[in-house]
Amino acid sequence: MATVVYTVGDDISTDVIYPGRYMATVLPTETPQFAFADDAAFNAQLKAHAVSAGSVLVGGKNFGCGSSREQAVSCLNGHELTIVARGFARIFLQNAINLGLRVVVCPTIVAAVGDDLTIAATEVVNETKGQRFPIVPLPQSRQAIIDAGGLIPFTRQRLLVEKGS
Amino acid sequence: MGMTLVEKILARASDRPRVAVGDVVEPRVDLAMSHENAALVINQFLEIYAGTPLPANLWDPHKVAIIFDHRVPAESPKTASNQKKIRAFVAAQRIRRFHDIRGDVGGICHQILPESGYVRPGTVVVGTDSHTTSHGALGAFAFGIGATEMASVWALGTVLNVEVPPTIKIEVRGRFRPHVGPKDLILHLIGQLTAEGANFRVLEYHGETVRAMSTSGRLVLCNMAVEAGATAGAVPADAETTRYLREEAGVTEPTDAVGPDADAAYDRVIQLDVSDLGPQIACPHTVDNVKPIAAVAGTKIDQVVIGSCTNGRLDDLAAAAGILDGRKVAPSTRMLIFPASAKIYQQALDRGYVATFMRAGAVVMNSGCGPCLGVHEGALGDGEVALSTTNRNFKGRMGNPNSEVYLCSPAVAAASAVAGVITDPRTGGN
Ligand code: SF4
Repeated sequence: MATVVYTVGDDISTDVIYPGRYMATVLPTETPQFAFADDAAFNAQLKAHAVSAGSVLVGGKNFGCGSSREQAVSCLNGHELTIVARGFARIFLQNAINLGLRVVVCPTIVAAVGDDLTIAATEVVNETKGQRFPIVPLPQSRQAIIDAGGLIPFTRQRLLVEKGS
Repeated sequence: MGMTLVEKILARASDRPRVAVGDVVEPRVDLAMSHENAALVINQFLEIYAGTPLPANLWDPHKVAIIFDHRVPAESPKTASNQKKIRAFVAAQRIRRFHDIRGDVGGICHQILPESGYVRPGTVVVGTDSHTTSHGALGAFAFGIGATEMASVWALGTVLNVEVPPTIKIEVRGRFRPHVGPKDLILHLIGQLTAEGANFRVLEYHGETVRAMSTSGRLVLCNMAVEAGATAGAVPADAETTRYLREEAGVTEPTDAVGPDADAAYDRVIQLDVSDLGPQIACPHTVDNVKPIAAVAGTKIDQVVIGSCTNGRLDDLAAAAGILDGRKVAPSTRMLIFPASAKIYQQALDRGYVATFMRAGAVVMNSGCGPCLGVHEGALGDGEVALSTTNRNFKGRMGNPNSEVYLCSPAVAAASAVAGVITDPRTGGN
């Protein structure tokens, strides 16, 4: 079971997740400190490690819209959050799969901070509210990348095969 | 059934006779663009090769372009150090399509790529920037990717597992009224589609209005396609594309234009008529919160910005100069203008626009992203309101979550700067 630690509405942009003024910080090891930097309370909670790994952030439609900045994914990945959203913007979704951030597309999800969720293969169960919400599977085309552990190992394997070593 | 423009490009780039929506392909990349975020791409690129006996070399340095634009000149030691690291990589890998911080060949990536002749019709362009959609204006399939995906492209020369996207056909007819143009059209369309209405889809622009539009205007339509969530925007190449490539981008070799089939299958068709369209404004804090200007006219503004990869081109500056000539920016308002490239800056100097702007009280800044993404220039104070020709008004976009950004055309921006409040250029600007 995983607890919801944060909820946001529709069209949450990468400017909100990882404000542009921190874009000079690029390394995945350094970005987590700036996750949701403009929400002082949540950011402080993250920085204090008050949020346990596997905790859930619930988003609305079009989560991660806007810029292609990968920091918006690596900053959440660094806290080992799972993102359950009604929908994702394309580049964010792709970046998440490439970096191994756990993302769940759940078009009807309803959950509040503190709710306990069980994320199964085909549905999210909100145990607190006693409700079930179906999951839309991720594009099949990306599954191979998830299975390889992310795009870096996936590309590395491809290169080694192609270059015949 | 025929193919759409993007289907044709993807079929060609993946050596298939045809592709259809949902097919997974691995297209060859013709141009791979990054800006300062190349610092992260380099990191991920080296990661791919870590522990392998393979040398970490680009698949084809000639197809890689790196343009410094987001934070130029560097706003912090951190950025300067990233830029330094990128320069060393550029030199080591012999990347020639590199545009450093310069007053002759510098500028915003989405202007540098077209004006340098790097983008060709029918090609596949990827960039580590969401507004890479811009380059569809020249009949290419151009889309934004993340840094790790780019590292993979640098290694392989292809994009892995691309799902062929459905295409929405946008048919535009009618002639723009004076002081109304491509920016108003795209804002209107985004308002209709919503910020996620074109998610995972391509917007392919057609119709007499688009045919009559300059490449500069088409770049506006494709640039902001991503604000409706689109993977790409695209205008099939035509005589205007050839003219632009020859006359403005210095391309001499022949270009072969790929066009959609007449019986291509579209996700849906949207028809628009611009004959009665007035100036449009995207209100805080989402780009799809679009209203006709009358709904917000009179709103007091602290800062006006003209520039960016959306509206920092010569025709945009001409429109603003026409309105600002002999007038003054209101004392209660600051006006910042940043031409999209050094070349455009030079042209604006030659035509006297820069002098017009300065006499009016505007500050003309160096070419680059400037205030658009709120990193190092032109930040807003708490509670301040900006009116900008850029493409995003998300909370905090201009560097302060406690401020508001309205988006508009250059004509609206200029007329409003004079009045100090949001002003319809058809009535208040003259
Ligand atoms: S001008 Fe703005 S939108 Fe365009 S590339 Fe620069 S930061 Fe991005």
